[in-house]
Amino acid sequence: MEQKLKTDFDKFISTSNFSNQEIKLKKEALNNFLKNGFPSRKLENWKFSDINQIIKKNIGELTFYNDYKIENEINDDIFIKEIEHNKIVIVNGKVERLSFEYEESDKINLTTLENFNQNPNDDNSLLSLNNSFSNKINNILVKKNYSLKKPLIIYQITNEKVSNTNINFQLNFDLEESSSIKIINFSDDNSEKNFINNLFHFNLDKNAILKNYKIDKKNNTNIKYDYSSIIQKENSISETFIFSSGSNYVKNEVNCNLEGKYSSAFINGIHLLSQNKHHEIRTKTDHLYENTKSYQLIKSVIDDTSKSVYQGKIYVDSKAQKTDGYQLSKAVLLNEQAEFNAKPELEIYADDVKCSHGSASGSLDEDSIFYLMSRGLDKKTAKELLINGFLLDVVEKITDEEIKKLLKNMIGLN
Amino acid sequence: MRDKQIENLKDYKYGFSTDIESFKAPKGLNEEVIRFISNIKKEPDWLLQWRLKAFERLKVLEEPDWQKPKYPKIDYQDLYYYSAPKSFKEKPKNLEDLDPKLLETYKKLGIPLQEQKRLNGIAVDAVFDSVSVATTFKDTLTEKGIIFCSISEAIQKHPDLVKKYLGSVIPITDHFFATLNSAVFTDGSFVYIPPNVKCPMELSTYFRINASDTGQFERTLIIADKGSYVSYLEGCTAPMRDENQLHAANVELIALDDAEIKYSTVQNWYPGDKDGKGGIYNFVTKRGLCKGKNSKISWTQVETGSAITWKYPSCILKGDNSIGEFYSIAITNNHQKADTGTKMIHLGKNTKSKIISKGISAGKSDMTYRGLVDISKNAFNSTNYTQCDSLLMGNKCGAHTVPYIKNKNSNSNIAHEATTSKISEDQLHYCQQRGLNQEEAVGLIVNGFCKEVLQQLPMEFAVEAQKLVGISLEGSVG
Repeated sequence: MEQKLKTDFDKFISTSNFSNQEIKLKKEALNNFLKNGFPSRKLENWKFSDINQIIKKNIGELTFYNDYKIENEINDDIFIKEIEHNKIVIVNGKVERLSFEYEESDKINLTTLENFNQNPNDDNSLLSLNNSFSNKINNILVKKNYSLKKPLIIYQITNEKVSNTNINFQLNFDLEESSSIKIINFSDDNSEKNFINNLFHFNLDKNAILKNYKIDKKNNTNIKYDYSSIIQKENSISETFIFSSGSNYVKNEVNCNLEGKYSSAFINGIHLLSQNKHHEIRTKTDHLYENTKSYQLIKSVIDDTSKSVYQGKIYVDSKAQKTDGYQLSKAVLLNEQAEFNAKPELEIYADDVKCSHGSASGSLDEDSIFYLMSRGLDKKTAKELLINGFLLDVVEKITDEEIKKLLKNMIGLN
Repeated sequence: MRDKQIENLKDYKYGFSTDIESFKAPKGLNEEVIRFISNIKKEPDWLLQWRLKAFERLKVLEEPDWQKPKYPKIDYQDLYYYSAPKSFKEKPKNLEDLDPKLLETYKKLGIPLQEQKRLNGIAVDAVFDSVSVATTFKDTLTEKGIIFCSISEAIQKHPDLVKKYLGSVIPITDHFFATLNSAVFTDGSFVYIPPNVKCPMELSTYFRINASDTGQFERTLIIADKGSYVSYLEGCTAPMRDENQLHAANVELIALDDAEIKYSTVQNWYPGDKDGKGGIYNFVTKRGLCKGKNSKISWTQVETGSAITWKYPSCILKGDNSIGEFYSIAITNNHQKADTGTKMIHLGKNTKSKIISKGISAGKSDMTYRGLVDISKNAFNSTNYTQCDSLLMGNKCGAHTVPYIKNKNSNSNIAHEATTSKISEDQLHYCQQRGLNQEEAVGLIVNGFCKEVLQQLPMEFAVEAQKLVGISLEGSVG
């Protein structure tokens, strides 16, 4: 693999036009990845989902070279009709369209980053891989006091032109003081057997609001890793919703740093799994200042031989007095072969805090099924109704009414 | 160096049969030392081979390092692996010679004077008839067919039982410290309860009177045969001074069909001074196997001592309908560190487990609950309930919860809850208003917090443990 990585990297650099600074950083990132390789179960973070083995077993040999010169056609049919929205269209890791047609153009600043975030001590080698092979990194800056009028929908499309390929994509958001944005990240995969590695950075200044909704619904055999880092200053709010169902393997990682007082982070997620899918959500909320708040609710419905994993960590620094942290994960196993693993973790160094977590897993309540059947429903409908209610709990947490309605339709929950 | 050691051993070879008390194996961990230990204990060959096999494996094993409390590297070649009990000459002659602080704690715990002496190995008056008490106990036990003796004695007298069960729960192929123990264990307790016998007394009572220097590599083996019941208490509430820094004991419990074992631990070893210097490393492996149908194993622990406590008393629920329970109170103060919890491994059908863990950290200490609940594919209808609560006192300490939950069976239910909080000002104020001073108030509130676990202890120890909880937290508030 090492040789392949090196030759693909050279080919990638020679066919792109990066600045010397970028090439230098990319080389460092590559070396870091070569040193660590794909994460395996030996790392605590990857204990339940050994991505090294999963890639080996399902893809085999990966190609790291990705030709960003290819022009991809975009079929307008895939766009969501129900609501007016701004668009970023990404095909095979390349930004094809970036339009903020509904917004005041001087309020949004679009640039590309020369220096990307790189932490050499970070043991997450997938971030290094992303840094070394991703194309130019777009930066979206929302100016002070500006709230986007319409939501932004990020279409992440893959087409049949790629297979057995590693696609790396990175995007940066800077939200200045008192600005706000709503994002729907919509995956539309028409490719098979690729390893897709996404990285999102969000910097929230004072009073900024981020609402981020991620939808992965379409059945496909890709393997995905999706990492979001959210850094929050005073009084800022972030809301993340994850619907994870379509791809064969997905690991969603959300890292929130609550650095300013009264900042809060909400992360809610759904795993709706069947066949032999294997999905994981890992959340890490670091309370680094007084009076911060975080809330996580993750629900899984697991059928066939699928596997759902939730790892959640709440970290409270000794400075972060008056922290409020709550975490709940629930799972329903519909099949004998299904599996649910959880690791809800608390690491607390301050005494004046309220922190708790709960985790429960089991089968559907027989009494509830019986109750519904005694009211004339057949067993299948009764089960569906119960699952619907179970998951709706999470969807109802979405604070934007328009998007909530859209997502309910999209997911098929009513 | 090595040659010299062997030379030394040769000298011992001719001396040991006459004057056991003066012996000490040379420093270091090697095959000769293991042969020496085995030889001096007149062990059968199979046990020596078993020890050597463990040692072979130990050579390739690495010390684990995933735990939260880190400690300086231990030089295993710099330890004594065998030393005979101290003679009375080296021991203090009367209570006045002891550390006054220790005496003060005894007083608070209400431990009788004679017992205080015994605990410190002071030769007791002939008037104090503990010997005859012990004999009475022994008669009652023998009458019922219960075997309760040191493991060395059991190896001589009941080799079949030992051979059958030793290492059946903690095999020599286990982790580093367990394997180290298998290679060099010196002594410990052995209990066998015959079928359908309910042990008439808490073995604790007996054990405390007979507390002896079992050393740092203790090995305990308890077997409850079909339909039997036993309650065993290890350790005691009195603070124990100990010269050995590393304690790597192994405890194996085996419950056959319909049997029940209740194992309680009260640990109050030397935690080091206020600045975190010294103190015991308590790296103990405890594991129970519910081998038969309808069997039950229950662990209760009150951990207040040791500089570092790193242990996970576990249950393997193999028999159908078997039950595993774990009740724990862990208190850390000053610079103490604890990483403790349990593993519940559900293999049989209709197995149940319950985990109640209460952690209290004060001063600059660090406390971690780490646990595993693993329900395997064939463990139909299994349930687990876990509750771990932490209480923090001050903002220089830490409380952490790291549960691992694995559910591979759709007919099984797992529920887990954890909370972290502090003693509320309101509660303190209320108690103080009613005339309690601050320390008493804290003691009362903490005891309420721990009640669920304290209730599980045998009666007489519950009272002492309650006092101990208060004493452990002295000076942590205000």
